[in-house]
Amino acid sequence: MYTAQMRELIKKVEKSRPQRVGVDFPRMTPEEREEVLEQYHPDYSEKGFRKIKVGVNKGAKLPEELADLIEAGSRLAETKIDLEQVDYDLDVLIIGGGGAGAAAALEAKKQGANVLVATKLRFGDANTMMAEGGIQAADKDNDSPTRHYLDVIGGGHYVNKQELVEALVQDAPVIINWLEELGVLFDKEADGTMVTTHGGGTSRKRMHAAADYTGAEIMRTLRDEVYNQGIEVIEFSPAVELLLDHDGKAAGAILYNLETDEYCVARAKTVIIATGGAGRLHYQGFPTSNHYGATADGLVMGYRAGAELIFADTIQYHPTGVAFPLQIFGALVTEKVRSLGATPLNIDGEQFVFPLETRDVEAAAIIRECHGRKKGITTSTGAVGVWLDTPLIDLIHGPGTIEKRLPAMYRQYQRFGIDMNKEPILVYPTLHYQNGGLLINQHGQTKVENLYVVGETAGGIHGRNRLMGNSLLDILVFGRRAGIRAGQKSKDIELKGLSLEHVNLYHQSLAENGLNPERVAPMLLPQYTHGREE
Amino acid sequence: MSEKELVNVYILGKKYAVPSTLTIMDAMEYAGYQLTRGCGCRSGFCGACATIYRIKGEKELKVSLACQAKVENEMYLTQLPFFPGDKQQYDLEQLEPTAEAIGRFYPEIYSCIGCNSCTNGCPQDLNVMQYIAFSQRGDLANCAHESFDCIMCGICASRCPAGITHYQVGLLARRLTGKYIAPRSKHLATRVDEIKEGNFNQELKELRAMTTEELKKAYNSRDIEK
Repeated sequence: MYTAQMRELIKKVEKSRPQRVGVDFPRMTPEEREEVLEQYHPDYSEKGFRKIKVGVNKGAKLPEELADLIEAGSRLAETKIDLEQVDYDLDVLIIGGGGAGAAAALEAKKQGANVLVATKLRFGDANTMMAEGGIQAADKDNDSPTRHYLDVIGGGHYVNKQELVEALVQDAPVIINWLEELGVLFDKEADGTMVTTHGGGTSRKRMHAAADYTGAEIMRTLRDEVYNQGIEVIEFSPAVELLLDHDGKAAGAILYNLETDEYCVARAKTVIIATGGAGRLHYQGFPTSNHYGATADGLVMGYRAGAELIFADTIQYHPTGVAFPLQIFGALVTEKVRSLGATPLNIDGEQFVFPLETRDVEAAAIIRECHGRKKGITTSTGAVGVWLDTPLIDLIHGPGTIEKRLPAMYRQYQRFGIDMNKEPILVYPTLHYQNGGLLINQHGQTKVENLYVVGETAGGIHGRNRLMGNSLLDILVFGRRAGIRAGQKSKDIELKGLSLEHVNLYHQSLAENGLNPERVAPMLLPQYTHGREE
Repeated sequence: MSEKELVNVYILGKKYAVPSTLTIMDAMEYAGYQLTRGCGCRSGFCGACATIYRIKGEKELKVSLACQAKVENEMYLTQLPFFPGDKQQYDLEQLEPTAEAIGRFYPEIYSCIGCNSCTNGCPQDLNVMQYIAFSQRGDLANCAHESFDCIMCGICASRCPAGITHYQVGLLARRLTGKYIAPRSKHLATRVDEIKEGNFNQELKELRAMTTEELKKAYNSRDIEK
């Protein structure tokens, strides 16, 4: 519920609205984009990063909070584990039960592999479930994988790994088709034509959606199919360390039962890390749209085992997180709200940015409006944000559009007494995605033999900035590719003895570099106190 | 912090004073819990934090998602982080989109006594009993539509005297609808064929051969659909 003071400010938005309908705000020039990024994007700030002192990427710049975990000790330092006592003997171990893990599991199983999915919380507890806006695929006549490629690589600042981008865009329509075969319900016209919209930085309308439950619809379908296929899933059992064999190849993981505090040994011929992102590390103090479990566990374990990080210093701040009400501060306001015509406005009810710049540029422009130009709106709780003029959506597309195409958003605001049909909402950038991660090739493989990484933990696909709708896509493209490859390859692998020696060596290296951390990682669970006095 | 207005909540019967502005989930953390069960996306999508509560002095049990609802004074609450509902295994390829397909796996839908407890219990305000009625009649498309915003939290099933696992019925109906009833996309089928034939390989090869400067030029001059 807005305060009287905020309602007063909304009048300015209402006053300027008739003049804004149907008027396009100009896009930025390449020079303007560079300028706003350099001055206002958190990635371009000197503060908030440091160079790490250990491992494959020694000397690389990482966000402080991630560096803390990379330079932390193992949870197993004081724990004696008998590696001869094997609890699970597998062809493919998948760590993480989100969309990427589920896709990998289905494909690995199809290859005849003995598969286990081990996940930290429940199966499906993942950012996939919360992806609202859509999934990109160039499947319309006026579009092509080539156009998709150019959008991805331009949006990523031309540093994306080309073979990964090619795999992404060529597989995209195949993925949509695969999802349809599994029974995913996409928004369509009566004749079957997909209802598609723009996302930030797209040159064609190629965003496919299932209302604003796109990720949830995909996740619940994949999860159901994994259960139908009889694939074993163990929940509340995160991996805390990878196992290598005596040749240094990936060979399983130590799993930790969060509820009984027991460790178990999962031996596997191939390992697929699919543990997701890092939003819960709250880089630079930002709130996050991420799942509770997004604590960079896979980055930490994979890095210790020798996998290489790429673009780990590039973080995506989603331009529109909730700035008000307090209870859902930082939660996602899907980009689809802007795809459907809502525009950001400052305190005077003026538009100040094209609504669908790439996410890094859009977020930086909102930060500039609030902190550079001081034209943000200060809420009753002290947070600053800009308006997102949602009533425009029904004005443009007809009454009922919000409820039909953004039911989750509508419901979210209804719960707190705000009707986004009638009133604008307040937004500010929120920590959303790690653009980089552990480097993979087009099969999802890392440079550590038999170790695969897929989903948000993987890096290289999106360069230094991901476009909307390419994450739901990449988790499935590379999840499936890794599942196929790992499943096939596992047939020819003979495991040598299991070892945690790489962890000992990592500890030695920490000590040699003057680091003697009390902290252990992976973090597994965040801890929140909401201002409780200790 | 002391100027905060505090309210009393009873988490599993135990009393805590928590700030009135917090969600139920945040209040549990304020009280000292580090959550494993009963906490997921924290955004209303995952169904991990279904919460059943009663306000002291009232009789009615209410439901909400802990991440999407504020605490209230004198709130007695418990979470339902898991419900042992029945999930049948099936091969979607072998099914037809009919009432028979649903009835075969979930015959208990026909034991519905129309009490509407499921609908009353839904934190998403779905008309759960209605979508079960659609499934009984074999109207899977409408069952899919009515159940679409389901987050599978399990409250409906926990209240059902007939033992129906509503959220699994909805899921099966949606998958059958998506696969067999929804109209197919011609443009998608065409594009998948084109990709299989390698129609874009040459163009992509040319893009991959470009220098960064050439790519920048191509990107900045690309035509953008209105």
